[in-house]
Amino acid sequence: MTVAQPAADPHLIQLLTPEGERLHHPDYDVDLTDEEYRSLYRDLVLVRRIDVEATALQRQGELGIWAALLGQEAAQVGSGRALRPQDFAFPTYREHGVAWCRDVDPLKLLGLFRGATNGDWDPEETRFALYTIVIGSQTLHATGYAMGVTKDGAVGSGDVLKDEAVIAYFGDGASSQGDVNEAFVWASVYNAPIVFFCQNNQWGISTPAATQSRIPLYKRAEGFGFPGVRVDGNDVLATYAVTRQALDSARTGQGPTLIEAFTYRMGAHTTSDDPTRYRLSSELEAWKLKDPLERMKAFLFKQQVADASFIEAVEGEADALASRIRKGCLEMPDPSPMVMFDQVYEEMTPLLRTQAEEFATYHAGFAQGGAH
Amino acid sequence: MVQLTMAKALNEGLRAAMERDPKVILMGEDIGKLGGVFRVTDGLQKDFGEDRVFDTPLAESGIVGTAIGLAMRGYRPVCEIQFDGFVFPAYDQIVSQLAKMHARSRGRVKMPIVIRIPFGGGIGAVEHHSESPEAYFAHTAGLKVMACSNPIDAHFMIQQAIASNDPVIFLEPKRRYWEKADVDPTAMPDPLEQARVVRSGTDVTLIAYGPMVKTCLDAAAAAEEDGRSLEVVDLRSLSPLDFQTVFESVRRTRRAVVVHEASSFVGLGAEISARLSEELYYEMEAPVLRVTGYDAPYPPSRVEEEFLPDLDRVLHIVDKSLEY
Ligand SMILES: Cc1ncc(C[n+]2csc(CCOP(=O)(O)OP(=O)(O)O)c2C)c(N)n1
Repeated sequence: MTVAQPAADPHLIQLLTPEGERLHHPDYDVDLTDEEYRSLYRDLVLVRRIDVEATALQRQGELGIWAALLGQEAAQVGSGRALRPQDFAFPTYREHGVAWCRDVDPLKLLGLFRGATNGDWDPEETRFALYTIVIGSQTLHATGYAMGVTKDGAVGSGDVLKDEAVIAYFGDGASSQGDVNEAFVWASVYNAPIVFFCQNNQWGISTPAATQSRIPLYKRAEGFGFPGVRVDGNDVLATYAVTRQALDSARTGQGPTLIEAFTYRMGAHTTSDDPTRYRLSSELEAWKLKDPLERMKAFLFKQQVADASFIEAVEGEADALASRIRKGCLEMPDPSPMVMFDQVYEEMTPLLRTQAEEFATYHAGFAQGGAH
Repeated sequence: MVQLTMAKALNEGLRAAMERDPKVILMGEDIGKLGGVFRVTDGLQKDFGEDRVFDTPLAESGIVGTAIGLAMRGYRPVCEIQFDGFVFPAYDQIVSQLAKMHARSRGRVKMPIVIRIPFGGGIGAVEHHSESPEAYFAHTAGLKVMACSNPIDAHFMIQQAIASNDPVIFLEPKRRYWEKADVDPTAMPDPLEQARVVRSGTDVTLIAYGPMVKTCLDAAAAAEEDGRSLEVVDLRSLSPLDFQTVFESVRRTRRAVVVHEASSFVGLGAEISARLSEELYYEMEAPVLRVTGYDAPYPPSRVEEEFLPDLDRVLHIVDKSLEY
């Protein structure tokens, strides 16, 4: 069934209404198999379950903090699945759904928030950079990486299965940072094969998006000299379609695109935050009606692509994933304190070696029962 | 006399400064409705309005850069940087612009700006939330650098910093935000740039600031049980640094140990050690020793206790000092 674009925001690209009606758009579309539609839904459910379990583990004192992606599953799964295997992603600290699409073990994410590691996945192997906590920095790294892709001649050969593209994630708050604006300049003048993927989840901690910009964020792109589009970030199909097209445009040598995924941070900024201090619960209630999982489920049912037994099977899988994560988190060993000294440099400096030795001797003293 | 946490004592100090001078304005990320992530500005936007207490866009260089312009226009901006690790996007504005403006303009342009930064570790946070960047600022001529260690000082020092016509980097030890003390807002504070002997002793002087003052006081209390008498100096002002108070103390005890969370290499301890050896070379019984964070990035929080100086490490080095 085809329905006209809702009048509310004619610039918002949407392929699925909140009720799960399939829309068609002149410039963007997806033509996925039933299996692929089901698979996207499965991703959404599993990613949400990872997030819910991590939030619970934080509440129980197993993680120091957790930055929930609740509400942003479609933006992340849609864009994450649009990546081709050879593409490289640069995340913030909230891209758990993209990490999932890049086959990063969720336990690695938990390790960071538990304070056991700084991430500890292999960026080269996963083609997923480490999480970046300093707001905006990664957009420049992504741009530089994309410039390298061009220098290597890995764009514009015409083979989409080989040519590479880069995606940089950031938030509405980050859009104000100098680094992000510099990334736009560089990407533009070097025609870098990059997609800037801004999840406008309406809030940067307590600061509303309106404090960051007087115009819709996607419109910023024009001033920098490349196209910007706004997509319904709670619509996994639209996000997939728009990101796939932008990545392919980048890899064919047509330069950067800014995608503003219009979504909502349904939870607190992190588990340390208390959103009741700065926003109304009615806002959350309104966004709940646009939930990314519910609309995909409704679509699957409407299209008779899935039935109750499929949904049940996915739930079962989510339960199993959650208990694996829980178990893995509870059993996660603390790092040896000696990790402090390892890997600061390629080769340990004399100063560090001395400190590491003194540290070891000092602690050996404790082990033998003699404090000071 | 009211019992206040350090966070609340700062809040009351900011309030007093704002009441005293309508040119005092607060700016930073999430300081309005939220009251800052540590609630230091809680309620101030409500009481003073959005003109005087405002949430900025998320850009630290913007915060400090515009504060410079506001100061040129006659305001006294108090900027909040959310965490220590996020001050660096503003580093150019602080080091190349803010610090040098007075000298460059031959004193014509004053920079009465305070940059508040929660600093230090020990709260189980993720990367970039536990750093001790004081040496970068203390190394920069034109900046004053303060670190409060307790609610009473916090309350008065923030007001004095705001009253200063020189730019002040104001470091707040985040893991001490919830420590309490009785604060008498009518009391007469010590001068801002003066160090203070916070515990008298005869055997060794511990020199500390910010979060490590409490650690040193705890160490001194423990040492007393073992019959050793430690003096503790709270520097309070890291630049300028009140060497007279430090020298007087070490002249008496003849031994000094500097304690800070920041790494040792080219840190505050190195500077203090150099000055002590220049001034008191013949009077000291032992070289100046240091207890510091290691010369490595701040580690994941599960091992941060191993990185941070604690009571045992302080006493261990005190023993070493006494062995000379
Ligand atoms: C340079 C820098 N300044 C401040 C912070 C503290 N901080 C962490 S998240 C955040 C808000 C980010 O908002 P946004 O970019 O919209 O991303 P979201 O968290 O909503 O995903 C702030 C201010 C930081 N991490 N880095």
